[in-house]
Amino acid sequence: MGYWRFVAFTGCRFNSASEHKMQNSMSRRRLLKWSGVTATVMVAGSLLPNFGITAAMAADLGEGDVGILNYAYALEQLEAAFYTQVIETPYEGITDEETALLTDIRDHEVEHRDFLKGALADGAIPALEVDFSAVDFTDRASVLGTAMVFEDLGVSAYNGAGKLIEDVAYLAEAGRIVSVEARHAAAIRDLLNPNSVSFAGDDIVDENGLDVVNDPATVLKAADPFITTEVTAMSLV
Amino acid sequence: MTIQTNNLIAALDPEIKDILVSNRREFFRGSAAKLGLMASAPILLAMTAQNAFGQELPQDIVDVLVFALTLEHIEDAFYRSGLDAPGLIPEEYVGIFNQIGKHEAAHVSFLTTALGSAAIERPELDLTAGGKYADALTNFDTYLTLSQTFEDLGVAAYKGQAGVLAPNDDILTAALQIHSVEARHAAIVRKIGGKKPWDGAFDEPMTKQEVLDAAGPFLA
Repeated sequence: MGYWRFVAFTGCRFNSASEHKMQNSMSRRRLLKWSGVTATVMVAGSLLPNFGITAAMAADLGEGDVGILNYAYALEQLEAAFYTQVIETPYEGITDEETALLTDIRDHEVEHRDFLKGALADGAIPALEVDFSAVDFTDRASVLGTAMVFEDLGVSAYNGAGKLIEDVAYLAEAGRIVSVEARHAAAIRDLLNPNSVSFAGDDIVDENGLDVVNDPATVLKAADPFITTEVTAMSLV
Repeated sequence: MTIQTNNLIAALDPEIKDILVSNRREFFRGSAAKLGLMASAPILLAMTAQNAFGQELPQDIVDVLVFALTLEHIEDAFYRSGLDAPGLIPEEYVGIFNQIGKHEAAHVSFLTTALGSAAIERPELDLTAGGKYADALTNFDTYLTLSQTFEDLGVAAYKGQAGVLAPNDDILTAALQIHSVEARHAAIVRKIGGKKPWDGAFDEPMTKQEVLDAAGPFLA
């Protein structure tokens, strides 16, 4: 439903003045936008019928709990795709211990992704296209540094999303995932800085002993460079 | 328009927040009693500003926070004792346990402040659990086993109570922030013990009773 609204909205961009006014007000509702391909989508919208934009080019998260679950689903897609690549093309000098940990993490992220997709059923956003061109998969520091960013970001995202979830059953499911993400974060951080306090460092745990919490806008902005598909959350209004 | 949506909007776009602020006020006024604390100010500020805060919270939330504080007291005492025990913690891990202990002490302070007059003092503890772990503070392997037990227990305990805290956004968020820190602790302690940092893709919650049954032997 959210996707259809996005299509309809895009399609009316070039219509009458009154609709243009409506479009302006609606454009302010385009609160979350992940990619730099907006212009591409707009051009496509002007050339094609409304339904001509393929799902691969844009995805709206939807509203309410569906929106929040899609938000999580998007992040898990990103993580699953990343670790799948990490295992397919191991970095130079990877140890057996590292391979075991990273393989587990990949499997977990795939499980999280598939679980959320199943929970969302027809409400799930499409598979996102990712862009890891900024990552050097042959380089340990590049891979583990990116992994750390993703894991810490995921923890902060779930921590921030908790209060946005209406149904406590979904809150419980998110809770089952987030602590595993935190375990990943600690393990990755320990690989980067063995036997240091980095696993729960002062950069992420404050003086009250509280982990980072981020709202969706902050998280999506951070994830933006890694996701090609345009993702919007306009229907959350 | 739900409160959840309102909050999301507010977090995203100041302009839209302005537009909706009157709606928000209406909403909050209408359900203040149900929500308990409704301030959207940073939680610590809200908490320290009201010493009687604990009395204003619904009883079920107070009960959860007292339960959490009990667990944090156990952890805090456990790490203080371990770090004080000569030669127990190998030198290369002292920094890690210092960091964990620092967090547990912070959690005790945070929850004590949050509860105000409803806060509890540290209970009398028996870290040997009636002699079952008699070498808890002399044998690092035993100490590690207990550390992992407490950390995994803490993760499962907070997870199990999230639904009760859900009506209060600020307290739920703070509890989630503690929850993930406990998970980080659990991961590193497991790694030191030569174990995997996780049991699988999902961490399971425990009920309050299950947690109390597991923690009970450590309460003198």
